[in-house]
Order: sequence, then structure tokens, then C-alpha cells
Amino acid sequence: MVFYTSLIWEYMKNYIKTKLTYRADFWVEVLSDLLFQATNLIFILVIFQHTDSLGGWSEAEVVFVYGYFMIPYGIFMSFINLWGFSERYIVKGEMDRVLTRPAHSLFQVILENIDPPSIIGSFVGAVILGICWVQLDIPFGIVELLVLIVMVIGSVMIYTGVYTALTAISFFSDAPTGILPLMFNIQGYGRYPITIYNRLIQVVLTWIAPFAFVGVYPASYFLDQEITKSFALLTPVMGIVFLTGGILFWNYGVRKYRGAGS
Amino acid sequence: MFSAYLDFIRIRFLMMLAYRVNYYSGILIYTLNIGVYYFTWQAIYGSQQTLGGFTADQMTTYVAVSWMARAFYFNNLDREIANDIRDGSVAIQFIRPYNYVFVKMMQGLGEGLFRLLLFMGPGMIIACILFPVKLPTDPAAWTAFLFMLLMSFLINSQINIFTGLLSFFVENNEGMMRMKRVLVDLFSGVIVPISLFPGWLSGIMKFLPFQAITFLPSSVFTGRIQGTGIWQVLGIQLLWFTILILPIFLMWRSARHRLFVQGG
Repeated sequence: MVFYTSLIWEYMKNYIKTKLTYRADFWVEVLSDLLFQATNLIFILVIFQHTDSLGGWSEAEVVFVYGYFMIPYGIFMSFINLWGFSERYIVKGEMDRVLTRPAHSLFQVILENIDPPSIIGSFVGAVILGICWVQLDIPFGIVELLVLIVMVIGSVMIYTGVYTALTAISFFSDAPTGILPLMFNIQGYGRYPITIYNRLIQVVLTWIAPFAFVGVYPASYFLDQEITKSFALLTPVMGIVFLTGGILFWNYGVRKYRGAGS
Repeated sequence: MFSAYLDFIRIRFLMMLAYRVNYYSGILIYTLNIGVYYFTWQAIYGSQQTLGGFTADQMTTYVAVSWMARAFYFNNLDREIANDIRDGSVAIQFIRPYNYVFVKMMQGLGEGLFRLLLFMGPGMIIACILFPVKLPTDPAAWTAFLFMLLMSFLINSQINIFTGLLSFFVENNEGMMRMKRVLVDLFSGVIVPISLFPGWLSGIMKFLPFQAITFLPSSVFTGRIQGTGIWQVLGIQLLWFTILILPIFLMWRSARHRLFVQGG
């Protein structure tokens, strides 16, 4: 454990050194990331100029879900940044270097790619959540705080599990499968009231690509929306299931991995 | 000389064709996006007849054609140019007997042709099967739309080239390029039609080129703009195309005097 903690520290120091070379662009990147996320918020704000409810949800409730979503999403984006994995580790053969070291391979790959500025999105999300919390007049106490933390951890675990499993596909095939961009597109839809979609999309967002557990389900625990409240408490369970599955699949992939021969 | 440029279209088209499998999942993603926005708009319309001048049926068509048009005009010319500048290969481009900016535009056209035939075309057919999309019946609307689609492509590519050339002047262009992508998606009307923006914002949009990329052609396609109105929006597109030539030309000219290769 001490070993892993010291590794985190060393990687952080390295990260800061590389970032300082291009420090002027740091804020531009943070801003563009936030703007990217803001498109959906703007969509929500614009449509509520023309309607009072979206499938029975008020504006404050939908924005509440949105704010909640930003918290696990920011944490996930800071720590699990595996987009270029196939290209960098499989095609260019860097995985061989990782595997010769004593720390767990997934841990090393994650630390080599951390992107701490994304966490700013979590803070923005927390502020949005706080504003809606007050607007909706939801009671706030130690129980709510604890539930919120458990929900966020569950959501991050789901995210991590899904993307770890998808990244591990690269161990079997180095051709781009197109699944990652597909997932990246689906994930945002867990932010809207899920009941407006048809049955097929609902099933996909609940059980197959369970991004509803990163947005609408856990957030509805705090709201007066009976339909999805029962699902809210499933969030940590789904988190454990998907994270375990993801890591097991990663380990299986590492065992099957033979190197690209470069 | 001109045939050399045509070859760039051909080569890029063939190159894209070799990697066509990568784009099959793209059709799925775009169809999914259309589906999600379709259901969201259905929920928004509820009992209302029109929003921002669109009926519910027109909105379905608008969403489908806007996303599929994006499948056609989207390209990464900004990224390609930024990479050429950063790794220094743009220096080689300078000494070759062609205009680098034209070559990029031609490569973009090659990619666009591929995207039109293998991405937007099939995608549109799938969208028509899955969702109640109403295709225009007026042949004039079709002709105007196809021409406007070409203009969308040109204007979007101009904006991309402009953003890419910024790499001559800033060391790390990554943030700018990402910001541009968001701005184009948001302000071109793919995500929300511009007529639904609050008054002050849609007022500003009238003076920016982004509406010419999606909002205007899709408005023609859905039949929201008809008759002489078509000539007017076509004029707006042509105007922006002409205006945007100037900054690209000026940037390209001054860039040659201050090329700075980072470790190339």
C-alpha cells in the first residue's frame, strides 16, 4: 500500500513537470473541457425556455441530475484516461515495458495517463447540484451527504469498470473497434429522465451500458420521482459488479497478451 | 495543374475507403444520437404545436438531416494542419509546387465524398426507416439543399483550416481546436435549432458564420424556409464563404514569415 501511494506521488510530480512546459494552454484546455460539457447544459436550459416539464421532470430536477452527473464524470476523467491505450501501449509496444514492473499493470497505465484538471468539472458539478438542491428545497444532513458520497463512488466504479473492460479489448485485437466512441456517445444520455426514451434505450442504459446509474438513477434518490427511486439504491451494487468484471477481464486480457512484435 | 489537385481528392477518397470499417460504428452512433434527440423532442413537444417555427414532425426531420449532414461535412483538417505545423513537415509543403491550403481543402473534399456516399447516404436511409422523417417533395428544395450542403462543407472546412493555421501563432493549439468543435456544434444548430435560442443569442448568431453550416440547409430541407427565402439563405452562405477566404489568405501569408518548428 505504501508502495502504491509513493508511486501515485511520483507520477503526480512527473505530470506537473510536463504540464509546466505548456502552462499558458492549461486554462484554455480546462475551459474547452467545461465548454464541451456545457453543450448539454445549454441544451437543457434552452428547451426549458419552451416547456415546463420534460417527461414530468422540472427544469431544476433535470439540472440537478446534470450537476450530479458532472461529479463522477470529472473524477473518472481525471483518473481513467485510457483513450489512446491501443495506439500507445499495444501498437507501439509500451505494454511490454509496463509488464516488466512489479506494480499492477492497470494501476501503472492509469497513473501514466492521469489528467487532474478534469476534476474541476466535478467542482462545477457540485456547485450546480448545490444550487438546485437549495431551489428544490431538499433536506440536507449527514445521511444525505453519506448517500451522495456512496452514489458518486458507485457511479465512478461503473464508469471505471465499463471503460477498463472496453480498453482491455485491445489485448485481443489492435484494430479500432469503434466501441469506445460509441460508449462515449451513449454515456451522456443517462443524464436525462430515462422514462422519455423507448423501452430498448431504457434497457441499454440500465443493464448493458449502465450510464443511467451515473446520472438519473442515483440522483433521483433525492428527488420526488418514484419511478426510478428503487433503482437508485442499486448504484453501488452495479458499481461493484461492473468494476470487478472490468478488472477480471483486464487481467484475463493481460494473460492472453503476446505483444505486437515491434 | 488542376488535375494534380483532383488527384488529392481521389487519393484521400481511396484512403478513406481502405479504412471504411471504422465508419460503420459511426453510422450507429449518429443513428443513436438522432434517436435520443428524437425522443427528447417528443417529450418536449407534448401538447405544443410548434416550437421556434418547427412542428414536431419538422423537428424530427431537422434532427435527422442535421446529424447526417454533420456526418458529411465533419473533418479533422484543423488537427491535420496543426500536426503538420508542429512536427515541421509543413516546411516541406512550402517548397512543393502547390498551394498547401488548397491541397488540404481537396483532401477534405475527398473525405467528404467518402462520407457522403458511405456515411451520410446509408445513415439517412436508416434514419428514414427508424424515425418518421418527412423528405421534401419539392425538387427545388432538394436541389437547393444539396448545393447548400456543399456550401456547409466549404464553410466548415474554412473554419477548420483557419483554426489549424492558428498553430503557426500559438505553440499548443489543442484547446482552441476543442473549443472550436464545441462552438460549431452548438452554434451551427445541430444540438438545438438556432430559432429556439433566447432572442439576444439568436440575434448574435445572425452575424456569425455558424448558422450557415447546419441551421440554414436543414431549415430548407424541413420546408421551414421555402420559395424566395431559399435564395436569401443561399446568399448568406455564399457571403460567408467569400468573407472567410480573406482571414485564411492573410494568415497563410504572414505564417510563412514566422514558421517556428518545435523540435521538428
